[in-house]
Amino acid sequence: MTTEPVHAGGTVALEGEQLDRLITALSERKFEVLGPKLHDGAIVYDRLSSLNDLPSGWSDEQSPGKYRIKRGKGDALFGYVVGPHSWKKFLYPPVQRMWQAERNGKGLHILPNHDSAPSKFAFFGVRPCELSALAIQDKIFLGGPYVDPGYKARRENLFLVAVNCTQPGGNCFCASMNTGPKAVAGFDLALTELSQDGHRSFLVEIGTAAGAAMLSGIPHRPATDADKQLAERVLAHAARHMGRKLDTRDLKDLLYRNYEHPQWDKVAERCLSCANCTLVCPTCFCTTVEDSTDITGNHAERWRRWDSCFTVDFSYIHGGSVRATPRSRYRQWMVHKLAAWLDQFGVSGCVGCGRCITWCPVGIDITAEASAIRQSDQAKAPAEQGRESE
Amino acid sequence: MAQGKPKLAVWKFASCDGCQLSLLDCEDELLAVAGAVEIASFPEATRATVKGPYDISLVEGSITTPHDEQRIHSIRRSSRFLVTIGACATAGGIQALRNFKDVNEFTSLVYAHPDYIQTLKKSTPVTDHVFVDFELRGCPINKYQLIEVLSALLHGRKPNTPPHAVCMECKQRGAVCVMVAHAIPCLGPVTQAGCGALCPSYARGCYGCFGPKETPNTASLAAGWAELGVSNRDLMRAFRGFNTYAEPFRRESEAHEK
Repeated sequence: MTTEPVHAGGTVALEGEQLDRLITALSERKFEVLGPKLHDGAIVYDRLSSLNDLPSGWSDEQSPGKYRIKRGKGDALFGYVVGPHSWKKFLYPPVQRMWQAERNGKGLHILPNHDSAPSKFAFFGVRPCELSALAIQDKIFLGGPYVDPGYKARRENLFLVAVNCTQPGGNCFCASMNTGPKAVAGFDLALTELSQDGHRSFLVEIGTAAGAAMLSGIPHRPATDADKQLAERVLAHAARHMGRKLDTRDLKDLLYRNYEHPQWDKVAERCLSCANCTLVCPTCFCTTVEDSTDITGNHAERWRRWDSCFTVDFSYIHGGSVRATPRSRYRQWMVHKLAAWLDQFGVSGCVGCGRCITWCPVGIDITAEASAIRQSDQAKAPAEQGRESE
Repeated sequence: MAQGKPKLAVWKFASCDGCQLSLLDCEDELLAVAGAVEIASFPEATRATVKGPYDISLVEGSITTPHDEQRIHSIRRSSRFLVTIGACATAGGIQALRNFKDVNEFTSLVYAHPDYIQTLKKSTPVTDHVFVDFELRGCPINKYQLIEVLSALLHGRKPNTPPHAVCMECKQRGAVCVMVAHAIPCLGPVTQAGCGALCPSYARGCYGCFGPKETPNTASLAAGWAELGVSNRDLMRAFRGFNTYAEPFRRESEAHEK
């Protein structure tokens, strides 16, 4: 054991129980540590005070429209995948007051928007697909000419502890989207949980100087070749055992040329247009603003809240809603997510986390919808389709 | 609004009074409401009445008698804005269960002298009888939405009462979906928001108190419930709640009647 300084780019190993020290170190540096926690029969993201808060030994079972927690095989700390929450709720809160104003004689007085000091969050247990989602939201909120100041403040202070996925879930398809199961960038520290003969340790990759600084003072040992090989083996196994897959070849053009595919009618028969898929999606970023007054009319506020392309009001312009039918709304969402996003942001809007599949109350599966369209690509001659399926 | 304080009247039809009590329930905001409007008629709060016309009429309850039919017209004539409050006034209420049966059979069984009972065959929402300026949903209504509607009317803006699903409120507050995680049948995906996702946040399925949301796909949700093992009879009953006579819920309940 050593507490020798470590450097960005390096890899060390931590014995299982030492991980708690990382949470302590983060708390001591005034980070609000957030991570997976068992709550209301699901693994959600909430405040952590110690390693004991993690759902040790729990696992989850996911299929379209279904989520169940169950005891895992061992006592793994990270033996589950993503749940109903995503990290976006911390960086981009569901409701935010933009400003408030008060009538001042005949004029208007803008009141200071009492935003407490920018939060200092540490996300503990971020999955590789979620790191990709974070990178996408960074592009959206920070990348263009209009930067979201609240997101920026929270993002700049963020400390990220990633966890590689050794046990993918039933609706996971990060391997198809090249976002996992191993984190390659965008973390301060990345953990791989290793369990051998009842002994738990973590392989820790150090992504940044901040990560290295946080680790100094925590007893660790050099990572051995055996550790690294074991990690490689479990991650390769995970990549081969994804619950779903999405064929991304030519996907953008496939969707662009199938706007009138009969599959959109089929999915519209099932779609509830309830918006759950967009709200659980870690990349969906749409909001609406609501202006309101109090009853005296002397105080006005503007609030921003999560919105969804599945609501009628979302596309309301003068005269009515542009996307009046659930068919057009589902198509808009899926084509944007898997195709138009590439044109808009240079990256797919889907990271393969599977949340939209799990949390759809009627289990609509985006990978199945895409595959149904591919199976009967309207722009292809029937003979060509026949050849492909041979 | 007219010069001076706008006059507010509260009217009751077939209902339990719960919605008008929401106005008294405003507590913290009640003084502000009383400061902003002259309460011209509000039987739950005071016997005093002020003559019409009224700037805002809040109408609670459904139309169930020939007398109601006439009274709602005279209220409409004396009101600038007519706002229905609650599931009874907006959809016919729980008493609209009678609409699926013969009301004469009920009266003959319940009353010693059914010939004294003057009632309509159906319990109907106010909008079936007169033009309604705004319908506020809920059983009961949400008091914050009521204040919002009053504030909006008083200051000439559109009320923020979105017609989207309860799911939006569930996700906003970070509640775990009871249908997906616990196999609890929930009407949230077809029900309009407004309650703040009250039941799902206490691990109960939504009862549909706020009535059908915009473009509700009740058939698909019913198929989802059936997969959870809900019988046809229970499906019918689920859509026979406080908003059963709202068209999408009525049709879905009838689809499971056999």
